[in-house]
Amino acid sequence: MNFDISEEQELLQETLKQYVENECPPTRIRELFDSGEGWDPTFWKGLVEMGVAGLVVPEEHGGAGLELLDLALAAESLAYGGAPGPFFGHSLACLAISLGGSDAQKAKWLPGLATGEALGSVALGEAGGAWQPEQWEVSGDGSVSGSKICVPHAGRADVIVVGVAGPGLVLVERVASGVEVQPFEGVDRVRPLDTVVFEGAACEALPEGAAAAPRLRDAGLVLLAADAFGSATRLVDMCVEYAKNREQFGVTIGHFQALKHQLSSMALEIEPSRGLYWYAAHAFDHILDESERSAAIAKAHITDRAMQISRDAVEAHGGIGFTWECDVQLWFKRAMFDRAFLGQPSVHRERSAQLAGW
Amino acid sequence: MDLSYGKEYDEFRAQVRSFLEENWPPQGGASRDDGGRQFRQAAIERGYLYRNIPKRYGGSEQEADSIAAQIIREEFGAKHAPMEIRAIGMMMLVPTLLERAEEWQKEKFVRPTVMGEITWCQGYSEPGSGSDLASLQTRGVLEGDEWVINGQKIWTTSAMEADWMFCLVRTEPDVPKHAGISYLLIPMKQPGIEVRPLKQMNGTAEFNEVFFTDARTPADHIVGQRGEGWLVSRTTLKHERNSIAAAAQAAATFQGLVQFARDTKRGGRPVIEDPLVREQLAILEGYVCAHEYSGLRQFTKDAKGESPGIISMMNKLHSTNIGSMVAKASLEIMGEDGLMDPVQTGLAKLGVIPSGSQAWLNQYMYSLGIAVAGGTANIQRNVIGERGLGLPRDHYANRSSGK
Repeated sequence: MNFDISEEQELLQETLKQYVENECPPTRIRELFDSGEGWDPTFWKGLVEMGVAGLVVPEEHGGAGLELLDLALAAESLAYGGAPGPFFGHSLACLAISLGGSDAQKAKWLPGLATGEALGSVALGEAGGAWQPEQWEVSGDGSVSGSKICVPHAGRADVIVVGVAGPGLVLVERVASGVEVQPFEGVDRVRPLDTVVFEGAACEALPEGAAAAPRLRDAGLVLLAADAFGSATRLVDMCVEYAKNREQFGVTIGHFQALKHQLSSMALEIEPSRGLYWYAAHAFDHILDESERSAAIAKAHITDRAMQISRDAVEAHGGIGFTWECDVQLWFKRAMFDRAFLGQPSVHRERSAQLAGW
Repeated sequence: MDLSYGKEYDEFRAQVRSFLEENWPPQGGASRDDGGRQFRQAAIERGYLYRNIPKRYGGSEQEADSIAAQIIREEFGAKHAPMEIRAIGMMMLVPTLLERAEEWQKEKFVRPTVMGEITWCQGYSEPGSGSDLASLQTRGVLEGDEWVINGQKIWTTSAMEADWMFCLVRTEPDVPKHAGISYLLIPMKQPGIEVRPLKQMNGTAEFNEVFFTDARTPADHIVGQRGEGWLVSRTTLKHERNSIAAAAQAAATFQGLVQFARDTKRGGRPVIEDPLVREQLAILEGYVCAHEYSGLRQFTKDAKGESPGIISMMNKLHSTNIGSMVAKASLEIMGEDGLMDPVQTGLAKLGVIPSGSQAWLNQYMYSLGIAVAGGTANIQRNVIGERGLGLPRDHYANRSSGK
């Protein structure tokens, strides 16, 4: 029995945390937030050089050949630092092609995605809360027509894996004709989203797309859960730090039991759920019959907890917490992204209830 | 991550199984009690029970191995074979004696406690000393070769049946509160001790009040030195901590609740089809799974000899929060059955998953008792905040109340 991560995995997390802390401290995140740019090519280049772009790309295609747990651990660490960039959408694109692509498609795309020369993304959601594969209506029969919402960094992606009716997955090159990218004003300004309108855009179906589509959704749920876990723990740490330094009535406010209890409750809400995303990530590769349900539970539970902790974190900071200049808002908005993307918690609770046969 | 116990333990599990094949249930006409005693003795000889107790005091003196201990629990549990006696003397007193007592005290008390020949109750809480335990006022005065004890204890489980009490008594009235306490061992069957049952809100009485009026115990029945009682009482068992059982219990209770929602009908339909109930159950399941995996994480850390960190301070509160959510969900499921009187079963039945509305009503009330016992939620939050998050200590906690 080893319900723990390995030394290599700990090192991966530590290295990434350190990298974000050094290269993209909150002051830098804030610049990206305020400029509306939301994009830092130098920062992403550094991650690419560390191999982050190809963590789950098989070794024969130039990646590290790691598992979803490794990817999720990376997501947690990047979220803890508040890292900007395409990690989430790009990683899902790599997974989609690895899971559902033909040998030729893998050979064509994966090496470039692994080295970061090419940037990938995924177009999953459709208007009206249609995030789940069985809800997709965009047609992908020969060519793609219809609108996809909340596509991560679509404007910069080279290749987009599009979820289509069937369900299925198809590859579309962003520069193909019939692909129109409309920027969306997203809440998390360091992970920009776009609406993509397809009008008879040329596409290439992933032969195993039908099987890969729900797997891709599950992997996405796990990564969002991991991201939310990283964000929530960062917020708890920020509040504790603030409570140890801010003085009122002549003492640091951490002395006051009301605040101490609030902070303890926040920590209690998030820390025990670490294993939820670990388990869901582990199940994705090793316990297939529990993978779908454990991903749904992890996403629903952790993103909900992270959102509540974000609200609590504003309160724990008092007036300053409500300002644009306070760093709390950076992770607050990250938590909002994680909560809504791929469907809000209640959607996944009902899914997990159905999967359990309730 | 690897959720198996590993090949090296397959052989061990096979040994435990074949031991159980041969020894449980008892052969021939042995009564269940006799059979149980013989079985325990055989299990001790094989190194399966009382693994942290030295052989000379009746244990099997095994090296700490959390995984082996877990395999033993699983296999014994599957066959309903007797395990270690889970009395308070075994869990709280024996580790303290092993760590702190003089040799003659260990010899006199450890083996009979381990064997279940003498039973204990714990004399800590007092009516005026709950969370602020160190303010306790039960007095002990040395007269000749005896301690003479006056005062009152409360929340004393099993005081009616117990042969002995391990008790915190104020023996040094003139020093700061933590420094004036001694840890005494007091015989319960004596004229100076009166035990009165304390009835709980759910209708049962598993706790007692204990009144001391010139009760006596020999002068040498003290563990540690005079005034060291507070320190002595903090001794805890670090050996093969069982971090899985409580979470597994929560998971089993949750499954019982799901079954309750399936079995209960409203308007001819199972309540589990009600969207609100489904949502409540699904929210609860998130916490239950998190609790279970936390247990596995701690189990892994323990097995590696590493500290699990802040998570180990969260177990009680996380678990009682779940108990509270379970209670609320059960009331929602049972509807008008919430007008019934709860079935009157107590702590001993807690390991059993409730079945039927009246049993769930008992859980509804009893979960509050569990939440308060051994440190209220607010005390737990202090522990998480101060020891876990490193927030400044509450200055009231160190203040002497001048007793």
